[in-house]
Amino acid sequence: MRIYDADISVPMFLGTAQYPSPAILQQAIRASGCEVVTVSLRRETAGGTGAGFWDMLRATGARILPNTAGCHSVQEAVTTAQMAREIFATEWIKLEVIGHADNLQPDVFALVEAARILTADGFKVFPYMTDDLIVGEKLLEAGCKVLMPWGAPIGSGQGLRVPDALRAMRAHFADVPLIVDAGIGRPSDAVQAMELGMDAILLNTAVAKAGDPVGMARAMALAVEAGRAGFAAEPIDRRDVAVPSTPVLGLAELM
Amino acid sequence: MITIAGAGLAGLASALELARRGAAVRVYEACPEIGVGSVARFAGGMLAPWCEGESAEEEVITLGADAANWWAEITPVTRRGTLVIAPPRDRAELARFGRRCSGFRELAGDEIGALEPALAGRFSLGLFFEREAHLNPRRALKDLARAARVLGVEIIIGTKAPEHVDLDCTGIQAPLPDLRPVRGEMAILHCPEITISRTIRLLHPRIPLYLVPRGDGLFMIGATMIENSSDRPVTLRSLSELLGAAFAIHPGFAEASVNETGSGLRPAFPDNLPRLVRRGNILHLNGLYRHGFLLAPAMAARVARHLIPETTYAHHSECQRA
Repeated sequence: MRIYDADISVPMFLGTAQYPSPAILQQAIRASGCEVVTVSLRRETAGGTGAGFWDMLRATGARILPNTAGCHSVQEAVTTAQMAREIFATEWIKLEVIGHADNLQPDVFALVEAARILTADGFKVFPYMTDDLIVGEKLLEAGCKVLMPWGAPIGSGQGLRVPDALRAMRAHFADVPLIVDAGIGRPSDAVQAMELGMDAILLNTAVAKAGDPVGMARAMALAVEAGRAGFAAEPIDRRDVAVPSTPVLGLAELM
Repeated sequence: MITIAGAGLAGLASALELARRGAAVRVYEACPEIGVGSVARFAGGMLAPWCEGESAEEEVITLGADAANWWAEITPVTRRGTLVIAPPRDRAELARFGRRCSGFRELAGDEIGALEPALAGRFSLGLFFEREAHLNPRRALKDLARAARVLGVEIIIGTKAPEHVDLDCTGIQAPLPDLRPVRGEMAILHCPEITISRTIRLLHPRIPLYLVPRGDGLFMIGATMIENSSDRPVTLRSLSELLGAAFAIHPGFAEASVNETGSGLRPAFPDNLPRLVRRGNILHLNGLYRHGFLLAPAMAARVARHLIPETTYAHHSECQRA
């Protein structure tokens, strides 16, 4: 999969918050083989640096996708993105503009505006959005080359609440990389997203808060692999009645 | 003579354990007063190994299991257990916490009320870690210094350590690779109207918050965990989350005075476990992370086994090379 200037082979991006320790985070990244990790900047730069933590992330060799988690306005998100570009020397930014503190739902109006400003400034924007087609179109108009619809609210582990909306996005944006961001709770959710034809998933809590984060990272990597292979292999359509899988013609008739 | 840099928790506990084994010990402390420059001053002072098992390695439980007994010889230890509760909307967090921990029993709402009458009727389910305890960190640091002095330890305050010492316990200032700061923020509330006698942990999807009674109507509430090197004062966001948690435990905290807020940098290694590290000729005890009072006793004993020749032989495996 090609996203902006990068070829990504493992369709799974991993968030880096809430792990029991950075050592376990590093092992989880390795176990999943994931090539892109997201880092929240906001809480980790105010007045100091998170250099110790970032160095450990860089040591994994994964590409860093800074995010604007926790930003509630266009201005906040833009400023955070600019700080991230300086600190991590990357034009990639996962753009989050939160509309509500409780369900962390994206404010799609502010999102489009911030995406427009950042794209004009040379950023390569990964927008965290709802699954609305028109919002997707506005984001593409604003210059985004990838869309990141939610599966369910952040950290909720509810899986894909509206699979049909994601299916519609896949059909409508046939040539745009789509990454399900937020809501993945179990490997089966990851399989489902990939079977819907999504290009990748982005997850954090499901791995970080699992009983065994490293084991779950591995399970998720297997799941995205299975789901992608399943989608590529063109699953059969559902039917309302049974279809015998062995031929019935020519069977011996009992007298 | 064994020399130590830093009269914080790690330095003083090590000095005491060395002196108990008969060594002559001298500790250098750059600050003019014991405890002022130590991040332990902002600690909760919880001796809660089984609760920490929720996110920490098993080693924290084994190393910390005897900490309350160790401290009880030095400073007052309140052995009333830890009560873990969650607001109704975060009940799933309570189930998860229970799955990840041992050493507790489940409490129904009326049992919570029987333990802590102030919380009666407010929470319908809790986890009670009966064997856990807490102490007052600032008093404990002073008592620890006193206990060390009684055994002949020389503590030189207001004096930077010489370039060569036998043991470096300077926390986040130590020049160790892989050591990183994890910022923590806390507040001290005064609320004599509310009587709570044991540590309360309020589960929250983002921050593990706890309230530790200090007596005389004082409560410590902490603590944030931020991967950052800033030692600026507490942020508004963190403070509002801490105070919101106190309010969620009991609305009576609305009338509390906020006597103090604080922030400090916990030294941590990548696995968040403490280590003995030899770097050149200097042994380092560091990386106590959020487990200072819990793990300092066991780690200090490890230091003593390492530095006193008679007992060194079998314990080389406890020390790494930086």
